[in-house]
Amino acid sequence: MTDAEQAQRESTEPAGLGPAESDICLQGVSKRFAGTTAVDDLDLEIERGAFFALLGPSGCGKTTTLRMIGGFEAPTEGRVLLGGEDVTDRPPYKRDVNTVFQSYALFPHLTVERNVAFGLERRKLDKAEIARRVQETLELVQLEALAGRKPAQLSGGQQQRVALARALVNRPRALLLDEPLGALDLRLRKQLQIELKRIQQDVGITFVHVTHDQEEAMTMADRIAVMHKGRIEQAGGAAELYERPRTAFVANFLGVSNLVDARLGERDGELVTLETHDGARLRAPADRVGPHDGQAVQVGVRPEKVRLLRDGVAPPEDANLLRGTIVVASFLGVSIQYLVRTKGGEELTVVVQNTEGEPDAFTVGSEVQLAWPPRHTFVVAKETHHEA
Amino acid sequence: MRRSLRHWVLGAWSVAALFYLFLPIFVIALFSFNDNQGRFNFTWQGFTLRHWADPFANPDLAEALKNSLLIAGLDTLIATALGTLMAVALVRYSFRGRGAVDMLVFLPLSTPEVVLGAALLALFLTVNIGTGFVTILIAHVMFTISYVVVTVKARLEGMDRHIEEAAMDLGATEFVTFRKVTLPMIAPGVAAAGLLAAAISVDDYVITSFNAGQTTTFPLFIFGATRQGVPAEVNVLGTMLLLVVLFLMGANVMLQRRLARRDANLLHRSVSTATEPLQAR
Ligand SMILES: Nc1ncnc2c1ncn2[C@@H]1O[C@H](COP(=O)(O)OP(=O)(O)OP(=O)(O)O)[C@@H](O)[C@H]1O
Ligand SMILES: [Mg+2]
Repeated sequence: MTDAEQAQRESTEPAGLGPAESDICLQGVSKRFAGTTAVDDLDLEIERGAFFALLGPSGCGKTTTLRMIGGFEAPTEGRVLLGGEDVTDRPPYKRDVNTVFQSYALFPHLTVERNVAFGLERRKLDKAEIARRVQETLELVQLEALAGRKPAQLSGGQQQRVALARALVNRPRALLLDEPLGALDLRLRKQLQIELKRIQQDVGITFVHVTHDQEEAMTMADRIAVMHKGRIEQAGGAAELYERPRTAFVANFLGVSNLVDARLGERDGELVTLETHDGARLRAPADRVGPHDGQAVQVGVRPEKVRLLRDGVAPPEDANLLRGTIVVASFLGVSIQYLVRTKGGEELTVVVQNTEGEPDAFTVGSEVQLAWPPRHTFVVAKETHHEA
Repeated sequence: MRRSLRHWVLGAWSVAALFYLFLPIFVIALFSFNDNQGRFNFTWQGFTLRHWADPFANPDLAEALKNSLLIAGLDTLIATALGTLMAVALVRYSFRGRGAVDMLVFLPLSTPEVVLGAALLALFLTVNIGTGFVTILIAHVMFTISYVVVTVKARLEGMDRHIEEAAMDLGATEFVTFRKVTLPMIAPGVAAAGLLAAAISVDDYVITSFNAGQTTTFPLFIFGATRQGVPAEVNVLGTMLLLVVLFLMGANVMLQRRLARRDANLLHRSVSTATEPLQAR
């Protein structure tokens, strides 16, 4: 993310001239409705051809952000650039992006074919060309057999694909998708996730995909921006966000995380020392520590990175170590999930692969040591309130 | 047992209520076939079709009917066009005074007709417009427009806003969006509003009587005729008018039903999630 931020800083300098590969760019964009700030001084840069996910909990401003890119909502402050051009004051019909609405918003009085043709007809292309491209796009989403139907005669999944085709057929600079799979059941959603990803790779158009489902974002997107209260908390690849979250919110929103209150200590070469509130000394890579110096922080580790050792067993050299008692043990088949209460009172989750079989499992009440390598440790600013 | 008793009572009650509603209308229709002698038509004296044979023999009556139909037609066109645009403005755009307009549009619906009629007459006299055909038309447009606005507004409010946004997203300007998407989608509502306007206009008496001047409309003629006696032609024409209005109302109900079915269908489909699996390519 840091280099993206860097790139963005630079792009702000020469007005309107983003780097060539930047497709969508929001600069200092805010949107306030009477009483609420939906989007708060947001900077965002999306590269050409990327599958970009905007991920966040309900009400964090995802839809509002997308609507400002599409032109349905005017930003209170800031600028929207498409391909380096300032489009902030342009209406939707003068922007080279197309939207797939969550409610699909198909034209109920037109057939599937005419729905898909709508955008091309507005551009006054000749009839043969329109027919050819509509046909081609319907084939892409496998709806050619239903071309003559009205939207009311389609299932939810089919309507979703018509909405997609109707946008794609225009070959826009970018496609904006607002929770396009939200109304579908789990099985169909999984299937369409793969389908959408395939289509995006086929057509090579930038996709901006809004979702509140972290798994969906991680499955589909090259880059994910995690939004929270109208701001982007962190953006990056799925692995980066998971392994090196920079805020407690990101750590909690993407997967399960274990966070322990701590205070930053000295730096020791590549590593930095942290003292937890109950006096344990942990270490983390120094480059993971942001500008939190002096502040209270939280030390984190993902559940699958932790090894459980019986009390008294010598821990591996240099490992971070906490002590605790097993509170809950859940046998999940492929793994066993433990809830461990540490001496300091936190309840941490540990997931152990079930390689040894059940007899080797720890029992509730046993004293254990939690050990993990310092390189799997992350440090986030302490949050006073938790969501998600 | 109890259930069937309740059914029976409910059924009987409904029949009684309908009987109460329809008896006077039935009597009017029946007496259009009365072979009455003299000026009055109050006692049954035998069956005849002679009144139906030539109900328009009276040229004043023909003129009155022509006026009524012409006014209803013009009123429907003007009120529906203006009312539809007003509804669109009220639902889709925000502007200064929207709240006030939104409320005031109900005023003609709730004001007593006598008051409206008298007020309009006062207005026409003040600005020195001679009453007649034009003032009747103006009056009718004024009070039917409220019905149109209310009907079309309900339709617009039930319509997913994103559909119009989608049209603009696909390159349609505001005007093209209205013509290609909004209007076709609210068309059933607009048609219903038009039918309502026509039905209300054609049988209005009170407001018309204030602003008619020398012009006679169908209801005015009938009312006038009854004062000199009650010719059976009044029953014939009353029955005809009833049939026309019934037809318009019936058409309205059919339209609304079709509309409701279409919407229910769409809603149902978009919520339902079952679909056949995609074939992997
Ligand atoms: N037209 C509006 N008027 C007033 N407030 C609005 C409007 N649109 C959105 N908001 C507010 O702005 C905030 C962000 O809304 P937004 O729809 O962008 O959230 P979201 O991230 O898309 O949420 P969800 O996942 O539930 O769709 C919310 O607090 C919402 O109440
Ligand atoms: Mg949303």
